[in-house]
Amino acid sequence: MNTTWRFLLALAITVSVSACKTTEPVDTTDSTATQPTTTDVTTSAAPDPRDYTDARNFDNSESLLSKRVVYFDFDKSEVKAEYRTIVAAHATYVSAHNSARVTLEGHADERGTREYNLGLGERRGNAVSGLLSAGGAMGGQLDVVSYGEERPVCRVSDENCWWQNRRVEIVYTAR
Amino acid sequence: MKMTMTMQKIMYTLLFLLVSQLAQAKLEIEIIQGNASALPIAIIPMQWRASDPPPEAGVSGIVSSDLYRSGLFDPLDEQDMVDRPVDAESIRYGTWRLLKVDYLVIGQVKDAAGGAGYDIVYQLFDVHTQEALMSQITTVGLGDLRFGAHRVADAIYEKLTGVPGAFSTRIAYISATGTGKVQNYQLFVADADGFNPQAVVGSPEPLLSPSWSPDGQKLAYVSFEKGNSAIYVQNVATGQRDLLSSGKGINGAPAFSPDGRYLAMTLSVSGNPEIYIRDLASGQKTQLTQHWAIDTEAAWAPDSRSLYFTSDRGGKPQIYKLPVTGGNPSRVTLEGDYNARASISPDGTRIAMAYGRGNEYRIAVLDTGTGRVRILTPGVLDESPSFAPNGSMILYATREGTRGVLSAVSVDGNVRQRLILTEGDVREPAWSPVIR
Repeated sequence: MNTTWRFLLALAITVSVSACKTTEPVDTTDSTATQPTTTDVTTSAAPDPRDYTDARNFDNSESLLSKRVVYFDFDKSEVKAEYRTIVAAHATYVSAHNSARVTLEGHADERGTREYNLGLGERRGNAVSGLLSAGGAMGGQLDVVSYGEERPVCRVSDENCWWQNRRVEIVYTAR
Repeated sequence: MKMTMTMQKIMYTLLFLLVSQLAQAKLEIEIIQGNASALPIAIIPMQWRASDPPPEAGVSGIVSSDLYRSGLFDPLDEQDMVDRPVDAESIRYGTWRLLKVDYLVIGQVKDAAGGAGYDIVYQLFDVHTQEALMSQITTVGLGDLRFGAHRVADAIYEKLTGVPGAFSTRIAYISATGTGKVQNYQLFVADADGFNPQAVVGSPEPLLSPSWSPDGQKLAYVSFEKGNSAIYVQNVATGQRDLLSSGKGINGAPAFSPDGRYLAMTLSVSGNPEIYIRDLASGQKTQLTQHWAIDTEAAWAPDSRSLYFTSDRGGKPQIYKLPVTGGNPSRVTLEGDYNARASISPDGTRIAMAYGRGNEYRIAVLDTGTGRVRILTPGVLDESPSFAPNGSMILYATREGTRGVLSAVSVDGNVRQRLILTEGDVREPAWSPVIR
């Protein structure tokens, strides 16, 4: 697929995804320097943080692409509204780059039994993966792995720590 | 992260050193809550008559510790033994009645009559009737003296309570060490009193859910060493292991059937976690549940004809039961917000489980006959109950501050003990079957 078609496809998906949202729409139509090519290195200005097809935005703290953790409520696997914008940004990127590969790593807090929590972590990973697919990512680009409660980021037994462990990490194994 | 050969060698050397270090850690036992009607017994230090030099830990000390741990006995301290009879004739019953001791054990350790090894020759007396209740010889091989002492404790326990002892059994558990990102996980097998811990397998990635085969030779467990959960079965003595399941999604909660023919597993390859059973002879897999819910943590009924498991098909996790031939599961737990991780007593009359209410998780026992639920532990993060093979006690995982420790509680809830590992965050205990 040539560059122009890829750009237009990314644009089409972005616009259709943004049409579904109730929050501020993601809009890349006003940006003219966003051809998703890896050979162009002459742009010296910072990338438009709202260009979710630009890989430089992974390290740009002003861009949603730099946000790669989705948090969940206790015992729940629904992706809350405030995280849907983040997931949509990643959907834009993944659908724009055939080479992109993402692993959704699902986690749970320590409460409850370990094997049940493996299931809960997977359910959360699946929820994010489903949104990425709906946003244009192909099935073969996505993988879900659950660690249950086995990989906590903190180990204190209170809600200050528990909420940090109820998460899905969006891990790019290829960009 | 790509590793060079050198880096790999260094890592494995470090892991090996770490494993040998931790193998010296021991479990310490402390009784938190005792039983007022414990039987007072005196185990007189046994005479050492064998040709080898006597070991540091004598048989009588091990027997006393075992009986004390059960919570049903009150063994006399050695320093309070004003008299040390060596045979039936030298027992002065008046002395023991004054010391308020009801039972007396005397004996000696000799070279085994048949060859290499030891004969532990002992007798159990009732102080009040002055009768010999038992007169036994327990023979063990060289190096198995501790095991022999545990067998003696089992026999005394059974004679006086009517229930077979579980002191000569083993426990498996997972120990995690390290802070932050660098973690080391090990699956250990130790004697039921915590001695002789041996690392069965170690990994920088999580290990969980050890399950004993009914002959006590193998452990099935879940390992993340390949990046995703996978089920292995490993021979404890030889270390040889087989990878049994590493499909897409979850490969978890392995459980051997009591008849040794099947391994139950949780697999989510179909899209959500379901219970499967694998015929260990043919390798054939059969799917038993078919529901969008999380179905996991299978535990076998003693007749191997049905399975209990955790399912949230009703909203939150509860225990269900299903015949091994398939069909509609029936719900077993009717009270409590959250019931999971069943462990079935060897006679099938009781189910221990993690019982949750709000943020607090405790171990509860359901009587399958009466339907009555009794909460056994104070919580608040108790889980992974495992019945002793004689059904008398339940081993489980709990938290102390930021550290995981194991505790054991008697099935009536009257006696509770904490087993403290000197290093590491300990979890996922599994009590072995009786090993003959």
